[in-house]
Amino acid sequence: MDTTATPAPLPRPAAPPSPGYSPRAHPDYARTAERRPWFFTRPTAGTGLVSWLTTVDHKRIGILYGISALFFFLVGGVEALLIRIQLAVPNNTFLTHAAYNELFTMHATTMIFLAVMPLSTAAFNYIMPLQIGARDVAFPRLNGFAFWLFLAGAIVLNVGWFVRSGAPDVGWFGYAPLTSAAYSNQFRTDISTDLWIVGLQILGASSVIGSLNFIVTIINLRAPGMTMMRLPVFTWMTLITAFLIILSFPAITIALVELMMDRGFGANFFEVSNGGLPILWQHLFWIFGHPEVYILILPAMGIISEILPCFSRKPLFGYPIVVFSGACIGLLGFGVWSHHMFTTGMGTLATAAFSLATMAIAVPTGVKIFNWIGTLWGGHLMMRTPMMFALGFVWMFMIGGFSGIMHSAAPADSQQQDSYFVVAHFHYVLIGGSIFALLAGIHYWFPLVTGRLVDEFWGKLSFWVIFTGFNVTFFPMHFLGLNGMPRRTAVYDGNMGWNTPNFISTVGAFVLGIGIAIYFAALIRSYRKGPRVNRDPWDARTLEWSVASCPPPDYNFAVTPRVQARDAFWHEKRNTGHLPAHARQPAPAAEHAPGQTQTAHASHDVHGHGIHMPSQSWFPIVTALGILIGGLFMANHNYIGAIGGALLLFAGATLWAFEGPGGYHVFPEESNK
Amino acid sequence: MSLAPAAHTPPAAVAHHDDAAASGIPNKKLFMWAFLASDCMFFGALISTHLIYRLHPPPGSPHPRDIFSIELTSFSTFILLMSSLLMAIAVNSIQKDQVRATRHNLLGTIFFGLIFLGCQVYEFRHFVHEKDLTLSNGIFGSTFYTLTGTHGCHVAIGVLWLILMYIRSFKPADPARPWLALAVAHFAIFLVAIIAGMAAVLGFVHAVEAHGLMGALVEFFNGNMVPFLVTLLALTGLAVFGRYTGPVDFGEPNAIDVESMGLYWHFVDIVWIVIFTAVYLMEYVP
Repeated sequence: MDTTATPAPLPRPAAPPSPGYSPRAHPDYARTAERRPWFFTRPTAGTGLVSWLTTVDHKRIGILYGISALFFFLVGGVEALLIRIQLAVPNNTFLTHAAYNELFTMHATTMIFLAVMPLSTAAFNYIMPLQIGARDVAFPRLNGFAFWLFLAGAIVLNVGWFVRSGAPDVGWFGYAPLTSAAYSNQFRTDISTDLWIVGLQILGASSVIGSLNFIVTIINLRAPGMTMMRLPVFTWMTLITAFLIILSFPAITIALVELMMDRGFGANFFEVSNGGLPILWQHLFWIFGHPEVYILILPAMGIISEILPCFSRKPLFGYPIVVFSGACIGLLGFGVWSHHMFTTGMGTLATAAFSLATMAIAVPTGVKIFNWIGTLWGGHLMMRTPMMFALGFVWMFMIGGFSGIMHSAAPADSQQQDSYFVVAHFHYVLIGGSIFALLAGIHYWFPLVTGRLVDEFWGKLSFWVIFTGFNVTFFPMHFLGLNGMPRRTAVYDGNMGWNTPNFISTVGAFVLGIGIAIYFAALIRSYRKGPRVNRDPWDARTLEWSVASCPPPDYNFAVTPRVQARDAFWHEKRNTGHLPAHARQPAPAAEHAPGQTQTAHASHDVHGHGIHMPSQSWFPIVTALGILIGGLFMANHNYIGAIGGALLLFAGATLWAFEGPGGYHVFPEESNK
Repeated sequence: MSLAPAAHTPPAAVAHHDDAAASGIPNKKLFMWAFLASDCMFFGALISTHLIYRLHPPPGSPHPRDIFSIELTSFSTFILLMSSLLMAIAVNSIQKDQVRATRHNLLGTIFFGLIFLGCQVYEFRHFVHEKDLTLSNGIFGSTFYTLTGTHGCHVAIGVLWLILMYIRSFKPADPARPWLALAVAHFAIFLVAIIAGMAAVLGFVHAVEAHGLMGALVEFFNGNMVPFLVTLLALTGLAVFGRYTGPVDFGEPNAIDVESMGLYWHFVDIVWIVIFTAVYLMEYVP
């Protein structure tokens, strides 16, 4: 494409579309829509419920993910508080054992699959396409489908609270034979385990579909000049996480299929009496389960690698090393699953090998920590709320990492296994790590998404309360664990020496809860009356901040950015002394400086008709509804109903296929006249 | 022209996202490769489950060699491999914009896929009723049915996808022209052809298993011809209905759709080769 000459003006529509720049109201569009059968008529509402149900915009889908994930984060938090109330004093009778089992199972499942993963996915969806200068993800309808599928899985998992057999109560690890028909028996009457199986299957499908989309997007839709080694680190971690998801979820899918065959159809995969091997469940589960740990933490590392340089006013120290160590963690993550099984008796060779591999994984993790410290070193630190959470992350994640190294030594692990020491460890990496980073990310990107800043006072207050509450809750658990307090036990005796730490822990949990409440209150308050920002409040480095307004317009960029360097936006601001052309308010094509960027028409008007946007569609949500109905019947062992759901799924997918990609065109120039 | 919704623009322009591929690989193809990588792990986990349990069979397990009918499975394997050949030709045809040839080869792929599925249905029934191997009466049955059944599901999904692609190849270029009713009629006839064809094939396979090839031919001419004739009739109807004369909205720009479907189909065939080797043939190694 000729970028040196100003392109000739291209034909324009006789009458500019109105209102705004949406051509949905254009007579041409309506006429085409009328010609199609009613079920192929694309929804065109720009606002309101229908627009959200049928959206294919990656930013809206990101918001949907974010809000659902925050909701389930609160649900999981309430479950945790109930657990802590039960454990506050010895011999407590606040909860029954059954309710306690349901609570710890659902707390873990909710936090992992319905809070941390979708919160990361929210950021992947909203931020990643903007960071690479793309207009949307590669498959916008599929992206919507992944979200509705996530919601379907979340509903299936939680519907147990409202049915007689209760919520799932087998632990998030679902160890066979505990999950087999014989033990979580009441065969064909107790559907809580089936809800867990089906819910996880649906969530897995959602994650895999979403990840395939992200992989294609990152590899194919990068803006010109955005080479792989210029990708923002968050996008890199998105890519690695997506690969981890597509390669690890099939293992748990198979494990769950086998379990479903056992429970529903009398197969013998995990039935010891018929030659089944429960240890196979553990292998299949942890081949998924360990990479899952990195699925939860790599996006967090990506967010931190964006925030620390931004608030240190320095480039990320050792960018290639950070990227390669991330990839290294991803690869090693597949080779360490058996460290969850040291106490199952795998034999000395396997134990030694997995012990060594697990210790090795600390190396790239440590490398990242040093890179972050190197980034801070000598920087002009701006101690804003995102930075506070990010620094909290580095510190807390390090503590969690150290106790992780302790587990990797098989002899030590055999003492710590299933004790509160493990609970302390993984909460330090999952709250101190993932959650702190996600909270930092929410603060960091809140102005981009809402156009408003979060109040600093309330933000910092929430940080200190969360930080204090978190440490008061989980640090004593190290000592509880070393003193032998087992996990997953609803009641403990008063003379074990566990009373005081448990009580402190419960108090800390409530402080943590108050901190989270302050955090949310600050968000809601700022969303309603926070100071407005037009754009780029942090003087940030990456392309998502170069959009013309906060929140970004539908089409993201009026002109595709051309990337000259790593930290593309920063580079433009610092080295060229002015905003890159794509970041300026869109102007008529002729006003663009020749050679700087492609003009709107040259880059996006290759077909002579503006920016092509994908149309909204009903079929993602209809298809997901088929899966939700089928899944609920499947969990209830009602196979006729399940087939009904499958038929709806098939119908939805078929019509989706025949609906065609659709699309309409926007003209950003007109909108800013 | 300038504000035309994409429905008015040629398909190449509609495939907006494919234009921009930074890697040079079309989005749909990249998606399929990544999905197949995921599916490798999926079948890897299933096949290893089967092999692990074959290494440690519980006492009293039946020997697979007493159950398998290796001739039938070899035949269906051959058919599945040939379907891959037809699929490859279909991809080749659509890349040259030969819609008719694509259609015929898609149809061939569908029929071969269905014969494979039919053989599997026959095999399962045979194993359950004659050889007393069920999903629940032993670990071998559990792993065997789950593994081959999951593969069968993949084939079935592939066949559905092929049928949809086949029907899509009749979608007229002019969106005003009605075609969905025709497509539904088409699909109905197609179903008749499938069901009758399956019955004919299965009846014949059963007769060969029971009486040998000559006996089967005798039985065929003695009265098993009805499903065969119905199949012929339905196929003729299909051919008549299928003579769509107007221009269709399907051609070389859709090659990537057919190609990514082909990748899926070939992958499923490759998995079957692994399963055939690891599950069936290995049992015959002395």
